[in-house]
Amino acid sequence: MGGFATALTPTHLALAALGVLLGTAIGVLPGIGPAMAVALLLPVTYGLEPTGAFIMFAGIYYGGMFGGSTTSILLNTPGESAAVVAAIDGNPMARKGRGAQALAAAAIGHFVGGIIGTTALVLLAPTVAKYAVDIGAPDFFAIMVLAFIAVTSVLGASRVRGFASLLIGLTIGLVGLDEMTGQQRLTFGSLHLADGIDVVIVAVALFAVGESLWVAAHLRRNVAAPIPVGRPWLGRADLKRAWKPWLRGPFIGFPFGAIPAGGAEIPTFLSYVTEKRLSKAHRDEFGKGAIEGVAGPEATASASAAGTLVSMLTLGLPTTAVAAVMLAAFQQYGIQPGPLLFQRESSLVWGLIASLFIGLTLLLVLNLPLAPLWAKLLRIPRPYLYAGILFFASVGAYAVNADVFDLLVMFVIGVLGFVMRRYGLPVLPAIIGVILGPAAEQQMRRALQLSDGDLVGLVNTPFSIVVYAVVAVLLFFPLIRKLVRPEKPSSPEEERVEV
Amino acid sequence: MNAWLKERSELGVSAVLVVLGVLVLTDALRIHTDFAQRGPVGPKAVPILVGSLLLVVAVLLARDVLRGGRGEAEGGEDVDLAAPADWRTVLLLCGAFLANAALIGVVGFPLSGAVLFWGAAYALGSRDLVRDPLIAAGLSVATFLVFNNLLGVPLPGGPLMGVL
Repeated sequence: MGGFATALTPTHLALAALGVLLGTAIGVLPGIGPAMAVALLLPVTYGLEPTGAFIMFAGIYYGGMFGGSTTSILLNTPGESAAVVAAIDGNPMARKGRGAQALAAAAIGHFVGGIIGTTALVLLAPTVAKYAVDIGAPDFFAIMVLAFIAVTSVLGASRVRGFASLLIGLTIGLVGLDEMTGQQRLTFGSLHLADGIDVVIVAVALFAVGESLWVAAHLRRNVAAPIPVGRPWLGRADLKRAWKPWLRGPFIGFPFGAIPAGGAEIPTFLSYVTEKRLSKAHRDEFGKGAIEGVAGPEATASASAAGTLVSMLTLGLPTTAVAAVMLAAFQQYGIQPGPLLFQRESSLVWGLIASLFIGLTLLLVLNLPLAPLWAKLLRIPRPYLYAGILFFASVGAYAVNADVFDLLVMFVIGVLGFVMRRYGLPVLPAIIGVILGPAAEQQMRRALQLSDGDLVGLVNTPFSIVVYAVVAVLLFFPLIRKLVRPEKPSSPEEERVEV
Repeated sequence: MNAWLKERSELGVSAVLVVLGVLVLTDALRIHTDFAQRGPVGPKAVPILVGSLLLVVAVLLARDVLRGGRGEAEGGEDVDLAAPADWRTVLLLCGAFLANAALIGVVGFPLSGAVLFWGAAYALGSRDLVRDPLIAAGLSVATFLVFNNLLGVPLPGGPLMGVL
């Protein structure tokens, strides 16, 4: 494993540790999920060479996820969708004075889930990449269409609002010079816009600026007090109850992460339901503080995060907000994730994967003793918190090109993010649209070029036909469901939407 | 009439989508495709598709709103949806953000960043006249030093850093 040789140099190890600490610190802050944490911390890596930057990123990623669960458990207010389930049982545990055990179950769950998920990534990704080398433009276009439809149809309560968000993202992605002909599109003669709008700016604007403005409009004056917590530990009885959920979770999480309808909310919920069903002795404890309800979903969330890396690295296809921001980071360095990544940048990829393992280990080693300190971060006064988010968002946007114009673009898109939050337009489809839109257009035009403009060129491979069949099922699923089973009241858990 | 519109303010989102769609379409029609085009599909096709879909979705959304559908405002840890929107805070916050954009080139990041942080904290209700500016200045200078000198990400120092 040459990757460990790359990742285990003192500099890279220090970067991984710094990433874990920063990621956890930012992720713990209320209101900041992993996607915003990663987007805000992106500028920190601008001065680094790519390998070091991505090694730090791996740490930020897992740190941010663990930080999110800490908020969930101690405040009962999940900062991100993957941590929603952790609050169901984690918070009652904390209120009963078992916060230390809940945090330990979450931390070890993340560790186990991450290790199993990353191992699966190591085994699976090269194979996927090998097959993906042979797939052509029509197939890529089909997969991207699938990603568009999946993020708008599978997640979220309202499909028309999901599509509105996607189209806004696609429109932003159109701005700039057409890559094939150099024609200006939506630039209105502005030189600043000719290079297009940087994805990082769009991501930070939609997540950080939009969120700050939205919170400002409805700031909660009486903030819930976090529950104080000691050093996490687990007794023998707890360990006995938690080890099976830890091992089961990843097998639910990883596959869901790997398919382009990803996101962690569905698998974590599935894991929770599974644990509840499998538990005989403690079933009545669920919802009131069952440790299985924390251990399973947390391991699932971590493994699903590893799963999203499979499609992100091998196909260049982000399925979650965090993966989308990571893809933006790759593009920042002029690296295009995709089937060729494993050949062209193999030392970077394997270094990144090795540092995922190292990051996970550091996470466990650093965060168990530091948990009481992280819990203190939850008391940060809200004015400072959101002022700080805007502050670092501005630093990040300005650092991309050292151009004030970018700050204004960020402001406009931030206001858009505010409006989207007000009217229930999900943010994720917009981000996916900005990132994948231009790539999808290239693939489509390449496919049609090969077929000389014949639309059959888009569906002339078995693979693309299968993918379009899945797309059709997704699109017409509500219709089918209505025909099969009319009027089914939906549960509030299933309706939950977040970035 | 006013109350009717207020109840259906989401129609504004439809309006924005229409404006966006028209913008994308008119811009697409302006593109010359007679030269420099490689392949059967030029730079026009996708904008026309996106623009048309924007109009379609705008209509669908308007229909949904008129039939009583409402987008669910996003909740969150620090979001109290029961409280009415506080526009004064939002505008002050926008002001703080734009002040940084206006000042960064003139006075440099350490000063403009401090203005941004203090302004934003003030907008959000923090009124400690000693602690707020101190934190703002400390954070701003520290960030400048860490990014500019440690991480190799250049930020404008402005006259202040010239003096120091």
